[in-house]
Amino acid sequence: MAGAGTPPSDFKAALGEAAAAGGIALLLTLPLVGMRTLETSGGLVIHPHFADVALTVLLVFLGRLGLVLIEAGRGGAVLAAAAAMVAAGWLLPFPTEALRGIALAGGLVVALRAGLALRSRHSTLTQAERDRRMDRVGARLQDASRLIGPVAVLFALVLPFMPFANRGVIDLGCLLLTYIMLGWGLNIVVGLAGLLDLGYVAFYAVGAYAYALMATTFGLGFWVCLPLAGIFASLYGLMLGFPVLRLRGDYFAIVTLAFAEIVRIVLLNWTAVTNGPVGIAAIPRPSFFGIADFTNSPAEGHLAFHQLFGLTFAPVHRIIFLYYVILALALVVNFFTLRIRRLPLGRAWEALREDDIACTALGINRTNIKLAAFAIAGMFGGFAGAFFATRQGFISPESFTFIESAIILAVVVLGGMGSQVGVVIAALLVVGLPEAFRDLAQYRMLAFGVGMVLIMLWRPRGLLAHRDPTILLHLRKSARQQQAESEARG
Amino acid sequence: MSEGNAASPLLTVEHLTQRFGGLVAVSDVSFSARDREITAIIGPNGAGKTTLFNCLTGFYTPTVGRLTASHSGRTWLLERMEAHEIARQARVARTFQNVRLFGGMSVLENLIVAQHNKLMAASCFTLAGLFGLPSYRKAEAAAVERARYWLERVGLVDVADWQAGNLPYGAQRRLEIARAMCTEPRLLCLDEPAAGLNPRESADLSELLLFIRDHHAIGVLLIEHDMSVVMQISDHVVVLDYGRKISEGPSAQVRNDPAVIRAYLGEEEGA
Amino acid sequence: MEYFLQQLINGLTLGAIYGLIAIGYTMVYGIIGMINFAHGEIYMIGAFVSMISFLVLGAAGITWVPLAVAVVLVVAMLFTAVYGWTIERIAYRPLRGSTRLAPLISAIGMSIFLQNYVQLVQGARVKALPPVISDVIVLAQRADGFKVSISYLQIMIIVLTTALMIGFTQIILRTPLGRAQRACEQDMKMASLLGVDVDRTISLTFVMGAALAGVAGVMVTMYYGVIDFYIGFLAGIKAFTAAVLGGIGSLPGAMLGGLTIGLIEAFWSAYFSVEYKDVAAFAILVLVLIFRPTGLLGRPEIEKV
Ligand SMILES: Nc1ncnc2c1ncn2[C@@H]1O[C@H](COP(=O)(O)OP(=O)(O)OP(=O)(O)O)[C@@H](O)[C@H]1O
Ligand SMILES: [Mg+2]
Repeated sequence: MAGAGTPPSDFKAALGEAAAAGGIALLLTLPLVGMRTLETSGGLVIHPHFADVALTVLLVFLGRLGLVLIEAGRGGAVLAAAAAMVAAGWLLPFPTEALRGIALAGGLVVALRAGLALRSRHSTLTQAERDRRMDRVGARLQDASRLIGPVAVLFALVLPFMPFANRGVIDLGCLLLTYIMLGWGLNIVVGLAGLLDLGYVAFYAVGAYAYALMATTFGLGFWVCLPLAGIFASLYGLMLGFPVLRLRGDYFAIVTLAFAEIVRIVLLNWTAVTNGPVGIAAIPRPSFFGIADFTNSPAEGHLAFHQLFGLTFAPVHRIIFLYYVILALALVVNFFTLRIRRLPLGRAWEALREDDIACTALGINRTNIKLAAFAIAGMFGGFAGAFFATRQGFISPESFTFIESAIILAVVVLGGMGSQVGVVIAALLVVGLPEAFRDLAQYRMLAFGVGMVLIMLWRPRGLLAHRDPTILLHLRKSARQQQAESEARG
Repeated sequence: MSEGNAASPLLTVEHLTQRFGGLVAVSDVSFSARDREITAIIGPNGAGKTTLFNCLTGFYTPTVGRLTASHSGRTWLLERMEAHEIARQARVARTFQNVRLFGGMSVLENLIVAQHNKLMAASCFTLAGLFGLPSYRKAEAAAVERARYWLERVGLVDVADWQAGNLPYGAQRRLEIARAMCTEPRLLCLDEPAAGLNPRESADLSELLLFIRDHHAIGVLLIEHDMSVVMQISDHVVVLDYGRKISEGPSAQVRNDPAVIRAYLGEEEGA
Repeated sequence: MEYFLQQLINGLTLGAIYGLIAIGYTMVYGIIGMINFAHGEIYMIGAFVSMISFLVLGAAGITWVPLAVAVVLVVAMLFTAVYGWTIERIAYRPLRGSTRLAPLISAIGMSIFLQNYVQLVQGARVKALPPVISDVIVLAQRADGFKVSISYLQIMIIVLTTALMIGFTQIILRTPLGRAQRACEQDMKMASLLGVDVDRTISLTFVMGAALAGVAGVMVTMYYGVIDFYIGFLAGIKAFTAAVLGGIGSLPGAMLGGLTIGLIEAFWSAYFSVEYKDVAAFAILVLVLIFRPTGLLGRPEIEKV
């Protein structure tokens, strides 16, 4: 290893850099972490937490030192030190669990980096090399998804009848599928058409309120309202689209965000209709396609689900039914997207994302195409909203904040824009993981924010950004040709 | 330069002026381009050639001037139309000085997107397409055939399934021409198609343009700095300098025009 | 009339705060063309730092108000500047030259992180600080006893904002840093070829923007006296609206936009409904972008083909 002869000046420089990082960390954490404000009867007081600051600074110092030394070719030593640090993080007492987490994670990351550096013999891969490597992974996964896809769908289909599938599992399944559906819906706008919509939650809200209001005031059933909710959300999309679609990228993003906030504020304050912050409760649950209800004692002239099928009554029937409803809705969105990508409209969306000026020069009416994307994605959002309302039985503006939009967007972008499989994986990561670690709930959004930044830094185009052509002139690519292509890329 | 030509020209530009703040990029330019002819627009850097194209294809709204396209017994006032309408109805197609391909899509897809409007109608605005009706499938097959035809013409059949952004530069330029041709234009506007090509590729390009003019019977408007290409293939040449038209005529005549020589060589003589 | 005058004063004060935040958006957008979504969070951090500093100063017995305010201003600017610098260094710089979406997503992630970080370490509850300056000057009195007044604090906010505005405009116009900034705005690659240290220039832009947001944080802490970890979101969007309204990239535009938004909000709350005051601000954003995307003072921009 080259590291054996590293001159001491290198080490000094590394120390200097690490000290600088530590100094920055000190400034960052001193007021906010070190001096907590506490409300007491006599007003606010400061509660010092300087130990936390010191530890954070130390951790940043060590981490930065490790990274610099790895770059200088001292991978082996750093790996050992980092491993020791992880062990220490595991065993030693820490003032807070958060710090222990930081220590563990930091140690692991440094160790990982050192390990990778040792293996590949050069400290850091260039961005392009990393991208290409991940692209190949993406391509392979895309290929595999032809196989995995049906298997996953099959698994989703039999899930409620698995031995481990209790009510909690099925509920989690519903939640995941809702986000997957929303992700697939937003993917049409963001992934295919390349329009950054920061207010997708508004469609969701419109769908949810449309269903809730129609069901509670007019007594319409879920199956009548579902398409109506989609249409309302779609109309909202068109209404929003006409003014904003002419805007350029970032402006567009901010205006969609503004519109979503307007929707939320209106829901919050238009008390006469929406019941304001209290929300709408007692939203009717769906029936079994209007044929039978999921109750133990159905109303006069109605059938109960368990009677219809000769089962004994169980509340879980409805949950399972809801699960299949959202599964079906999500699959509809998926098949629609897969199909439309091979149609002129879908190709025009992708072309728009690649270069909208060239699109115009080819006679494509940008506005119409974008409106179509908005209306369709909006409709799917509306469906999901109606489902949400009927599943919860209660909605309030609280459920439709910006953070919800951010989560859906994260599901799309982190997975790899335009990738259907990517959305599923990202939904598992973004929604599934935090649900699995419920006791760490307070760190959930923190980790979410960090995750978003890290994934962008690591792979600006998303985890599985890989695109297969939607139509081929020649037969399926031979492996050889794919090789040639990836070489041409280099 | 008034000419009493019986057949009305494919494109007429009258008193076109485009200002950007204080800068007059194109100033009172008038000329016309005829069907089945290659009309070259030449001039030093910054003369306003690309700006002229942008006005013509609806990307800029001219400050003053009238732009008329007429063919198939109809006329269109281009300055009043939106860019996509110009491409779709007046059938004016263009390429860009700095190639604008759909880089992430495959070569073939680029050519299919160019036939969007036709396919969109065939798919009944995606409804028929969604259910895979045979009428749409037939239309798509025809679109693929047209794409294959142009890929053969520009020699890109083998790489049809590549990502367009991965093609070498010369191939990207040819693909852009093929893409423009897939819209079945009556007027093809090419912005420096030979820029960055080697002499062999330039010669191939000249041949391709002549083929397009003769076999597809359309008008070509060509911005080009490569004088060998211009002099060899253009039927008519318009010379711009500082936004003004300084000369116009057959290539042989323009070549010997003192005003043109001054515009091109003036600075060197002075230096 | 008196009521109107009072709202005018309130609106100008609020507008000054928005304007200060808007400058950060406008400078960053001008130079690297991205919406620094985390900028509102910097302002929120500025508010927290100033609250903590006031408490520390109070505990240390420094109660002479001018001194305390000056110290708090400097401290808040220092700490927010460090935050601004770090955020750029960590979350944005590696993404320069990447796709257009990537930095924006990264910024959104950063914003979520900072909000939750402050919530975690400082708690989710609303924090209230007793007023530091509470004297007012009564300007006029109506027959029914309604008084039009301007507080010393409002005067301070308006004067300080004006001074900072003038100072920063001078920096942009006269110093080498300003020149480098304008060069990067025009053409970053060319500027770097001509020897401008682009990284440093961008870093300094973030530092300056963050420091101004820090000042805005101090002002809001003193003016309203209540803050929480969530104040950055709305203020950020409104300040961005102000930047767009004034013409993004233009410093006077940001100030003008801020004042406009502040006034609209004050008058809307006073004469129409408090609940929908945010809707008014957002509606303005939408209308401006649709009818005058270049803003009030922005240069017209044609889609380059
Ligand atoms: N959108 C615009 N805004 C402001 N000025 C512009 C714009 N487009 C072009 N110009 C200016 O108009 C003038 C003519 O530019 P144009 O691109 O038409 O020249 P050109 O003849 O195509 O030159 P080249 O041979 O270099 O391509 C230039 O000075 C250019 O800077
Ligand atoms: Mg040009």
